[in-house]
Amino acid sequence: MFAALRKWFDERLDLDDLLAPLRHKTVPRHRLSAWYFLGGITLFLFGIQVCTGILLLLYYRPSGNEAFESVQYIMTRVQFGWLVRSIHSWSANLMIFTAFAHMFSVLFLKAYRKPRELTWVSGMILLFLVMGFGFSGYLLPWNTLAFFATKVGTEITGQVPVVGKPLMVFLRGGDDVTGATLTRFFGFHVAVLPGIATILLSMHLLLVQRLGMSLPPRVEAAWAADPKAKRETRFFPNFVLRELMAWYIALGALGALAALFPWNLGTKADPFASAPAGIKPEWYFLFMFQTLKLIPSKVWIIDGEVLGIVGFGLAATFWVLLPFFARDHLAGSKKWITGMSVVALAYIVAMSAYGYLAH
Amino acid sequence: MAILHINLDRFHRAACLMVVVVSATLGFGQNKNSCLDCHSALPEPLNVTQEKFSQDIHAQKGLTCASCHGGDPTKDDSDKAMSRTAGWKGHIDRRQVPQLCGSCHSDPATMRKFDPSLRTDQLSQYHTSVHGQRLSKGDTKVAVCTDCHSVHDIRPPSDPRSTVNPVNVATTCSHCHADANYMKGYPIPTDQFAQYNTSVHHDALTVRGDLSAPTCTTCHGNHGATPPGVDSVRNVCATCHAFQAQMFEKSTHKQAFAKASLPGCVVCHGNHGITHPSDAYLGTGSVALCMRCHAPGDRCDQARANILAELTSLDHSIKRADNILKLAESSGMEVSEARLAQNEARDSLTKARVTIHSFQPELVQQDVQAGLKIANANFETGQRAMAERRYRRVGLGLSLLAICVVVIGISLVIKHIES
Amino acid sequence: MSSSSVQPHLEPQVTRRRLISILLGGGLLASLASFFYPVVRYLVPPPVADLGTDEVVAAKIADLKSNSGKIFRFGSRPGLLIMNADGTYRALSATCTHLGCTVQYRPDLREIWCACHNGLYDLNGRNISGPPPRPLEVFDVHLRGEDIVVSRKRES
Repeated sequence: MFAALRKWFDERLDLDDLLAPLRHKTVPRHRLSAWYFLGGITLFLFGIQVCTGILLLLYYRPSGNEAFESVQYIMTRVQFGWLVRSIHSWSANLMIFTAFAHMFSVLFLKAYRKPRELTWVSGMILLFLVMGFGFSGYLLPWNTLAFFATKVGTEITGQVPVVGKPLMVFLRGGDDVTGATLTRFFGFHVAVLPGIATILLSMHLLLVQRLGMSLPPRVEAAWAADPKAKRETRFFPNFVLRELMAWYIALGALGALAALFPWNLGTKADPFASAPAGIKPEWYFLFMFQTLKLIPSKVWIIDGEVLGIVGFGLAATFWVLLPFFARDHLAGSKKWITGMSVVALAYIVAMSAYGYLAH
Repeated sequence: MAILHINLDRFHRAACLMVVVVSATLGFGQNKNSCLDCHSALPEPLNVTQEKFSQDIHAQKGLTCASCHGGDPTKDDSDKAMSRTAGWKGHIDRRQVPQLCGSCHSDPATMRKFDPSLRTDQLSQYHTSVHGQRLSKGDTKVAVCTDCHSVHDIRPPSDPRSTVNPVNVATTCSHCHADANYMKGYPIPTDQFAQYNTSVHHDALTVRGDLSAPTCTTCHGNHGATPPGVDSVRNVCATCHAFQAQMFEKSTHKQAFAKASLPGCVVCHGNHGITHPSDAYLGTGSVALCMRCHAPGDRCDQARANILAELTSLDHSIKRADNILKLAESSGMEVSEARLAQNEARDSLTKARVTIHSFQPELVQQDVQAGLKIANANFETGQRAMAERRYRRVGLGLSLLAICVVVIGISLVIKHIES
Repeated sequence: MSSSSVQPHLEPQVTRRRLISILLGGGLLASLASFFYPVVRYLVPPPVADLGTDEVVAAKIADLKSNSGKIFRFGSRPGLLIMNADGTYRALSATCTHLGCTVQYRPDLREIWCACHNGLYDLNGRNISGPPPRPLEVFDVHLRGEDIVVSRKRES
């Protein structure tokens, strides 16, 4: 029956012709190829987010009065609602983690080099979008922690020179974090960000397909020196099956995390209550948060916080444009980029750990 | 408390003259109230600054130094301003203070001009108080108005900085009553303040900020401060703990206590250092109360044991339900409804602990049974949640098994293709 | 391979392939079932359609006699709905501000009473005697058909 169905489609769509490039496509195989799976897993987790997000939309109500109760309703009254919400939360966190890991693996494997600059740029923007997803989604259950984290987060936005204040008012939908902010964040989370992300993601994937897998320079050199050492696998089915296996393992891990450590809901946000002590943002913002805390309030004549934000802004811009600073003919350029990546990674890990342990 | 009986008049005049000369040359001294011109520069105890006096409720209502001390503040010359012919009274003797304050505060006609709702019986009450009675017998160490209300910066009691604000009353009383040296010669202890600070009432007042919680004056009165007598203790406590009082009233203890002239509540709960009561009061341990009077094995001892058993069983049931609900909640089960219902069970326990004052095991049992029903239902909810947790884990195990099979399958396929 | 001895007419390779495909197919089916089962159950709307704490149907009109009170659940806390003798309604938080006991309406006093320590509140929620330090929160009451709807007062 399966063969008949296939034949039916083949006659109309000419599947063989369509899949031919995939059959001929090969993926290099070497001792570092495991790192290639991070992007795929991030994609898979994004898919999970879309599916569970749509499921949550069936019951969620985006207003200050009802948001918390509707999430509580999902978790208590809806069958398996706890699982869907838990998976959404866990998957979100894992996705941000794998996205970061993907970014650093690309850096260390030097996959950003010509001709893959655009892939890098689209990927970096996707990373920012993912963080935007995290920031906007965190508020939606309207619990105390999320409320104050959003308050602090948007406050920091307000420190950006010139555009900060209007930007903060735009994000908050007013001068303060209120139900209006929630409605706005909901709009960003389920409409604006997914729209932009879909376009960028298609671009990113198309570029990856078009340009093929990059080869780390050292492997490339080794293979050039000794063509017999060159090893490749077919994209379809070998690589796809491996990818599928990775996805299944990710799914198992996700299910186990969601079932054994369900995401807590906390208490409903009270805009008039004073902030609980030791309020912290989600872990992926922690390194920035901690840095801003450590900068003295005045550095020379510049406000410390402003300095920190401008610094992060410049660093992010520089990071996006990183491939354009790498010159093939300049022998040292890739070395300093790798060195800088190590420093950045160490900084992020250390600051996050410090922020986690500090009060 | 240091009380000055020295006549400072000579020093007073000389110093004041000097200040006037200095301030006149500087172009000051045009002020209507010339008293403060000097007194803001004088050393203690004559020092009164504009800043201090402006805090005083009397100053805010338009009274001046002359309202109490007499004299003519419009005169810059200290001799004229402080002349006895202008009615200047100088230092007010402690014995005169209540009368002086009372000249306005006991006069409804005068007080109506400022605050018609203010009482005017303070002076007559003061005369009935131990302080007032001792003062009339010539004991000047006792408190007069100014000792509690302060002198030149008197604030209304509602002001949190006032010495007679509920939060500050105990400290104000303690200035004398906790000073063993000062209280020497009086047959009362000086540890009330230290004891009160350990009490549940102090906790309610300062920690929980419950301004209705009792402080010294709540039980002893303020202007008519006396220790409540043996008979009135119950009434004093009953103003807040009405329920306990009603029960006690109907109980057999009422007459037994009266016969032995025991002062009600205080017998078990103490007075100044009332701590949060515990069920162990009903036990036989070191804090046990009943067994101080009752003999082991008699009817009352049995009732005591019954009541204690009731309370303990409810307490245990509540804790048991709390524990399982907490465990279920920490593993992600939603049991907020049962946790809410736990409050009702706790209410029953609180009520049962109040009902103890009837000393009737049947009445306590009624409250306990109501609570037990709720707590046990909540415990069952907790058990169901734990069963649900097991169900989830089994489900997870099964799906993980399926995932495992698929992963193994794929890896075999890959091996097969690549071999 | 042992399977070749059981099924001598098949090549060992083929047996292996069939075994793998059975394993894979079965696993796929089972895992898909374990994904879709929760999803399908999730799609079934629960019998209770709402869990509001900002607005709740406290009672039906028929539930209350005049000069009586009823405790209802308002979000995660209890509320007290009172029908006065004149037929008007009133709703307040039922958590005593003293030690958190649940208060009740006393028809004989026409006041709100906390049984734990004899605290009294008037019908506006003001603490009038006994230990309660603060007034009770007052809610809005509306009638909607047969339902008595209680809602939190809107913050201005």
